[in-house]
Amino acid sequence: MSDTPQSGFDMDLLRFTTAGSVDDGKSTLIGRLLYDSKSVMEDQLEALQRSADLTGGEEVNLANLTDGLRAEREQGITIDVAYRYFATKKRKFIIADTPGHKQYTRNMVTGASTANLAIILVDARHGVVEQTRRHAYIAGLLRIPHVVFCINKMDLVDFDEEVYDKIKSDCLDFVPKLGIKDVTYIPISALNGDNVVDRSEYTPWYSGPALLQHLETVYIASDVNLEQFRFPVQWVVRPQKDEFHDFRGFAGQIAGGTISVGDDVRVLPSGLRSRVKEIYTFDGPLEEAFAPQSITLRLEDEIDTSRGDMIVGDDVAPFVAKDHEADICWMHEDSMVPRRKYLLKHASNTVHTMVTRVKHLVDIDTLDEIEGEASVELNSIARIAFKTTKPLIYDAYRRNRQTGSFILIDESTNATVAAGMLIPPTSYQPVAGVESLDYTI
Amino acid sequence: MAGLLKYNNPTVEPQMSKYRLSHIEYLESEAIHVMREIAAEFERPALMFSGGKDSICLLRLAEKAFRPGDFPFPLLNVDTGHNFPEVIEFRDRRAEELGAKLIVRTVEEAIQKGIATPKPGEVGRNRLQIPTLLRAIEEFEFDAAIGGARRDEEKARAKERFFSLRDDFGQWDPKGQRPEPWNLYNGQIHKGENMRIFPISNWTELDVWQYLEREKLEVPSIYYSHKREVVRRGGQWLPVCDLAPLTEGEESKTLSVRVRTIGDIISSGMIESEVTDCAGIIQEIAAARVTERGSRADDKVSETSMEDRKKQGYF
Repeated sequence: MSDTPQSGFDMDLLRFTTAGSVDDGKSTLIGRLLYDSKSVMEDQLEALQRSADLTGGEEVNLANLTDGLRAEREQGITIDVAYRYFATKKRKFIIADTPGHKQYTRNMVTGASTANLAIILVDARHGVVEQTRRHAYIAGLLRIPHVVFCINKMDLVDFDEEVYDKIKSDCLDFVPKLGIKDVTYIPISALNGDNVVDRSEYTPWYSGPALLQHLETVYIASDVNLEQFRFPVQWVVRPQKDEFHDFRGFAGQIAGGTISVGDDVRVLPSGLRSRVKEIYTFDGPLEEAFAPQSITLRLEDEIDTSRGDMIVGDDVAPFVAKDHEADICWMHEDSMVPRRKYLLKHASNTVHTMVTRVKHLVDIDTLDEIEGEASVELNSIARIAFKTTKPLIYDAYRRNRQTGSFILIDESTNATVAAGMLIPPTSYQPVAGVESLDYTI
Repeated sequence: MAGLLKYNNPTVEPQMSKYRLSHIEYLESEAIHVMREIAAEFERPALMFSGGKDSICLLRLAEKAFRPGDFPFPLLNVDTGHNFPEVIEFRDRRAEELGAKLIVRTVEEAIQKGIATPKPGEVGRNRLQIPTLLRAIEEFEFDAAIGGARRDEEKARAKERFFSLRDDFGQWDPKGQRPEPWNLYNGQIHKGENMRIFPISNWTELDVWQYLEREKLEVPSIYYSHKREVVRRGGQWLPVCDLAPLTEGEESKTLSVRVRTIGDIISSGMIESEVTDCAGIIQEIAAARVTERGSRADDKVSETSMEDRKKQGYF
């Protein structure tokens, strides 16, 4: 089965995130996936053995494979997002490994932002706890399409089906409200490898796949928005060579949808219309391109277009506005200062912004919304209203994770202080010139 | 409310498979996006080109990002002086083929000028690359240096960002790293600070070779099997050369070897191999049981040696 890594070129890539605390076996699970898929090399095991010998000759601890920084090994905690890589014959995987404590919400958000799938660990002995709800909430907030609840330490509850059923039904009390497309429950023992790579003989009552089988086969082709064409212009290619003197290409990565030569497009925020003349790539022209390919577009008409503009399809338009609402995760020790100016980076556009109102905070353990004047601090999740100096060209995050997301930057320290997910505006005032477009909410 | 004209129901039919990127295509597109962000957000970037396999990929990605235009940055190499001649020849030739400007600053010169100071008995030049690089960054006022480091190389690298901020002293602060959600990279820096940027952060060693194969890219010949006089030191085969001759009691052997990673010639471990092409290397790595850094003597000193070097400004 999934015994040796594949050497083929044409494999899918699945990005997943794992959230969990020191005790629920997250690092052990990742260690197990890496070890059993033969992604752990001899020198890494040797290094672990050396440190085990130094600290008293314990058994090699699979968790140590992932706890990379010295502070983490010393304190036995994971303080940052660490990325791990492994492959089986079917897929390549990128793991964003994040700590699970409340004070590391920002790390979970970062890990979740690029993930197709989230693994949420539940200790079979303790069942659904605050942390379980928190992780599931973040997975929903960040619109991770697939979530797997791994009911871990099943060996410590005698692989009891009733324990599994109880946890699953407890999850069903809150998970359906979170807007996650696809949810799976798998009983495992990360320590012993049950239902991790292969189906376990101890869970005859469980008919689903082992975790790795699920990771290898879960359907991810529809995780990218392929409906509305969105192309943030990153860079204008204008060669200083005679043979290319009239070449003018708009370079970027497609953030949504597909595009073909001859398609009608609009350039925002100007609203000017043109048609695709060529989809240029270094490897030759394409007839059609799709998200998330990086391409260079040439248009039929000379339109003044630069970085920060967005070329979109002729159908459903994005919002083009200066007043916005979003859910944000505050990521910095310095709390948010209302009405202060921050920099906002959205797609290829960096503008000034000011938060005009905090509408509510979310208690991510109870999922309650707390209204009224509240201070937005490190790891807070809040809904805010804000305005920008120049229009943003965006979609609701729930429709497009690329054109619906932004970061806030503190202008004096240059620190990234928040990650934001735009929601459809409650009252929409399009900027002049684009009022006639069709919008979607 | 003029704009809220219709609600467009999301399509539910399965996406057609023609709109699908393979893992290599995905990683390539991600890296091209990073390249273009660098060009747009920095005034004076430079691309670190050593002639090694990772930076060869970077050059191809730069072609994909900016052609038919010129590269919006020069190439920079910090030359340790402890080189495999094959690599230097390749480095110069490749830069010329691409019409790119290549800047070389040497550790030797940095030592003569007192910028880099070897410790008594220090033979290796890995540590001395740090002040040499920092000096070159100052000299040309580079605000960003593009490197070919990957997160799969080493545990301390696993947490490094695509955009990795260095202070005036070139130091990396692992706990003060900026969060990097989605593909939104924060390129804001103060004067004197510098960004190290790693477009192939998410690539593995196998991905690099698959890319070299797919793109039919030439690499220095020492990546392929060749006969060489080597000596067993610290559990690995090291090349016998003028800089690190045999000491008393040591015996050399002539073996068919190749390098997996190119560093200072005195610490680049060679592996026994008969592989003579890219496809063979891909097979070999897929079956390998030791990581590529496992063949670098400089990383073996302690479990945190990479973390320590990076904090001081190492790539």
